[in-house]
Amino acid sequence: MFRRMLLSTTAAAFLALTPFAASAQDAPAQGGDIVVTYKDDITTLDPAIGYDWVNWSMIKSLYSRLVDYEPGTANIVPSLAESFTVAPDGLSYEFKLRKGVKFSNGREVVASDVKYSIERAVNPKTQGPGAGFFGAIAGFDDLTGGKSETLSGIETPDDGTVIFKLSRPDATFLHVLAINFASIVPKEAVEAAAGDFGKKPVGSGTFILKDWTIGQQLVFERNKDYFVKDMPHIDSFKVEVGQEPLVALLRLQKGEVDIAGDGIPPAKFLEIKNSPEGAQMIVDGEQLHTGYVTLNTKVKPFDDVKVRQAVNMAINKERITRILNGRATAATQPLPPLMPGYDKAFTGYAYDVEKAKALLAEAGYADGFETVLYATNTDPQPRIAQAIQQDLAAIGIKAEIRALAQGNVIAAGGTEGEAPMIWSGGMAWIADFPDPSNFYGPILGCAGAVQGGWNWSWYCNEDLDKRATAADAMSDPAQVAERQAVWGKIFTDIMADAPWVPVINERRVVAKSLRMGGPDNIYIDPTRVINYDAIFVKP
Amino acid sequence: MRVLKEICRQPTALFGLAVVLIVILMAIAAPLIAPFNPDEQMFDGLTLEGAPMPPGSQFLLGTDTLGRDLFSRMLFGARTSLIIGLVANGIAVAIGLFVGITAGYMRGWAGNLLMRFTDLMMAFPALLLAIVLAALLKPSLWIVAMVIALVNWVQVARIVYTETRGLVERDFILAERSLGAGHGRILLLHILPHLVPTAIVWGTLGIATTVLLEATLSFLGIGVQPPNPSWGNIIFESQSYFQAAPWLVFFPGAVILLTALAFNLVGDALRDILDPTQRGRG
Amino acid sequence: MLSVLAKRLVQSALILFGVAAITFVLLYALPADPARMLAGRSATAQTVANIRHELGLDQPLLVQFMHYIGGLVQGDLGRSYAQKTEVITLIFARLPATLTLMAAGILIEVIIGVTLGTLAALNRGRFIDRAVMTTAFVGVSAPQFVVALLLLYVFAATLGWFPMSGYGTLSHVVLPAATLGILGAGWYARMVRSAVVDVLNQDYVRTARAKGLSQRRIILRHVLPNAVLPIIAMIGIDIGQFMGGVVVVEAVYGWPGIGQLAWQAIQQVDIPIIMGVTLTSALAIIIGNLIADFLAPVIDPRIRSN
Repeated sequence: MFRRMLLSTTAAAFLALTPFAASAQDAPAQGGDIVVTYKDDITTLDPAIGYDWVNWSMIKSLYSRLVDYEPGTANIVPSLAESFTVAPDGLSYEFKLRKGVKFSNGREVVASDVKYSIERAVNPKTQGPGAGFFGAIAGFDDLTGGKSETLSGIETPDDGTVIFKLSRPDATFLHVLAINFASIVPKEAVEAAAGDFGKKPVGSGTFILKDWTIGQQLVFERNKDYFVKDMPHIDSFKVEVGQEPLVALLRLQKGEVDIAGDGIPPAKFLEIKNSPEGAQMIVDGEQLHTGYVTLNTKVKPFDDVKVRQAVNMAINKERITRILNGRATAATQPLPPLMPGYDKAFTGYAYDVEKAKALLAEAGYADGFETVLYATNTDPQPRIAQAIQQDLAAIGIKAEIRALAQGNVIAAGGTEGEAPMIWSGGMAWIADFPDPSNFYGPILGCAGAVQGGWNWSWYCNEDLDKRATAADAMSDPAQVAERQAVWGKIFTDIMADAPWVPVINERRVVAKSLRMGGPDNIYIDPTRVINYDAIFVKP
Repeated sequence: MRVLKEICRQPTALFGLAVVLIVILMAIAAPLIAPFNPDEQMFDGLTLEGAPMPPGSQFLLGTDTLGRDLFSRMLFGARTSLIIGLVANGIAVAIGLFVGITAGYMRGWAGNLLMRFTDLMMAFPALLLAIVLAALLKPSLWIVAMVIALVNWVQVARIVYTETRGLVERDFILAERSLGAGHGRILLLHILPHLVPTAIVWGTLGIATTVLLEATLSFLGIGVQPPNPSWGNIIFESQSYFQAAPWLVFFPGAVILLTALAFNLVGDALRDILDPTQRGRG
Repeated sequence: MLSVLAKRLVQSALILFGVAAITFVLLYALPADPARMLAGRSATAQTVANIRHELGLDQPLLVQFMHYIGGLVQGDLGRSYAQKTEVITLIFARLPATLTLMAAGILIEVIIGVTLGTLAALNRGRFIDRAVMTTAFVGVSAPQFVVALLLLYVFAATLGWFPMSGYGTLSHVVLPAATLGILGAGWYARMVRSAVVDVLNQDYVRTARAKGLSQRRIILRHVLPNAVLPIIAMIGIDIGQFMGGVVVVEAVYGWPGIGQLAWQAIQQVDIPIIMGVTLTSALAIIIGNLIADFLAPVIDPRIRSN
């Protein structure tokens, strides 16, 4: 009945080591205590609630999940599960749990913990943002609607087996089980914390929270009993919060800090890049990010596709990458290049002021028009908005900039008829998991084009929605390539309607001290931000 | 006329007056003087790596992080900053003086009520008000001026209140009172003149802080919005570049300081001329 | 005296209530929706609605406010939306840092301010006066962020005299307090200068001088006590500045104060924290002004207490 997938722990361990094998002298060493800084305080370490990019990678390391990603890549491998099988109809997933894995409170992880943890993430009382990801599990509507306290679609025939029954095929289901919200937590610890689990986390991941001085620092210590040998590599990492990025870099240059978590502020980037040690201190790599301008299809004159296309041709993306000191590349389509389904051949709209003017004239706006461009108010976003403003002025569009706090921009975007244009910088879509579907539903699909939604173009194309649903039903692993192609086509076809101007794909730039080792992709992990499990201190 | 003559006799005051006039003139004549359009992001205004250009022959005071000419932006920015520094700050001082004197002079429930209202305003989160206004209203210079006045008068009122309370008990006021002088006469002729130094201190010291406060408020979204320049937001936008591109902080900072200082010199001279304790004494 | 105090305490409670009410209404008027901020990007409308319901945000404003005040009376500031922790815990964890910085900052301001102000007043109109007052002016006019970074760069990063960041020892507090001192001392210097000048012209000081009292004695016994009044009023005001306005300095020196907590809460529309911080700082300001008002008659007996 079930088709066994060729994935087992040994294979996973082997795969995990391949990135390092490339350079033998850079083999991971054990030991070392490192310091990481962030500007923002850590809000919570509760995996059902935490959903910002600072706590994301910490939660990843505190807990384990049934499946996880091979470090530095987007490949799913079994983790807490030893193996798993998928039914041919894609409606049933069976996981065999690894034996002898213990929570940091000493108790063994069993199947009922998996059921509890996912039900907890979905339960409205938890107030978790990730509930919607589990929508395919049978019984989801009963739990979110308050008709039930459990998910009927999760079965635990014995302590070592978990079966998920889905109400519809979901090709992204394994990704869903790998995101933080699917982390396994022990019920007794959650209850003992009495609502404060986010400050007193208990998991079975690579690290254990040793100490948390509110507003100052968190100390994570390696979990000596972690179920993969020699993982993680470092003995501990200390997270210092409330650290201004500029100062964090000064401290890093002096060796007080090992990783500046917020990256390199623009003001410091060129100095460090051009310094003798710059090449060793900067890790610069692609991430699953697209920065775009939404064109509100429900606001005049952006309801006219010609106007939207004209705007697409008017923006000088190359200049914007220069303003960012070359830390981004011009984007042609909604998907970032690293994302499966990205179409290399697709060139999108080329920068062409004359053609843009002609299109505007065709649409009846030969003299341009006035509009408003929203942006968040943290550097460099207002600067990019000003660059866009100048480009628009060149084709006669007078855009007034409204630079506001993030929450207010999000509110304006989700209010019908409110924001004609929004520059997404600072709020841009960084994928929850490396699958093209994650770039569609909430931000380009009909489901997101509602009051309070994230589809700020208010673009709704039912034909594309149907194709998207069909693509997500292709859950057979043999169809992976076909599905990616279908998705890729959806995103290039969307550009004919031009609800967005895909502007840039920003690369992530991390500064690390000279003693930190490991390949670059460990510091810019596509699914973790920083992979604390895989980084190491050079011997 | 007497005042002007007195000012002309003091070299420092004359210098201050000259600077003030020059700054105002430059602000008015900005379109004539500015070598470039202040909002134009020039291709050669940035290095190939995207860094701003240092001061030189092409760009007198260098360029900012978008490749715009700093000198032109500062000329146009003077307009916003002068309005904010003078109007917003002036209103704040006037309200503060009025409330402080009234509360300090009038005892009983009326004065008390005024001071408790001041306490309330002082304890009130101005930043939050700014954020809410930014989200609800179209940004404009006058809203910033209003918010700044709303925030700053409270401190002036507090200081003036304390000083007035001290003054009211002084011998010469008590004497006036016993002679049967009216409240209006005492307030205008005896109390207000004694508070002139305080008003000048706050009025002139406040210019620089207000100009910087305006930048904070624009950042929150209620002030002049980009690309319109103001001295404050030029500094604010580029303050993290103070090492990489010090001219972006130094020039506008120096101009704010110089202008505030000039106003202060004029203010000091005015105070000496108007101060009742100085007149008629040795 | 006691009845006056009691009256003022009642008034203070009313002011606190007023601040709470205004802040609550302002936060309600804000278009940013806390439930949506918490729910993040991928959440379904159902998830957002559930979160809103669980937080009680779907109730009318008045019900929410009464609920909040009900808790407040019992000393309960509610739970943070984003952190899911008692707000009072978060505030108490950071209050010592804020109070330390405030005390140290004001101390430095007063020391610099009184010294410069007196020096200027005694040399009124001469070069020293101009030089001193211009220096004070530079401090007041300088942007916080730049001064903070400059001091950090010179004294911590380059010279290594002080740690660059952190909290806990005396050496940690020096630079942030000095930054605030430099930025704020100008106000004190100005106030002290004009107060001293004023007193120097008073008849009794002239008399004291005529009687041959030494300059030092005149300043310490007669002049400075008169400058205390405006200084105390300034400190009362400063408390307000410190509670709300030191976010920048805290951020540069990694100082774990309330300012940073408030700033992040505003970004996240974490209403319970914003309310909690606002009320805490309001309380500090009210207490500060209360003390200032009560100290005034003690120091200057001519002021009758009303």
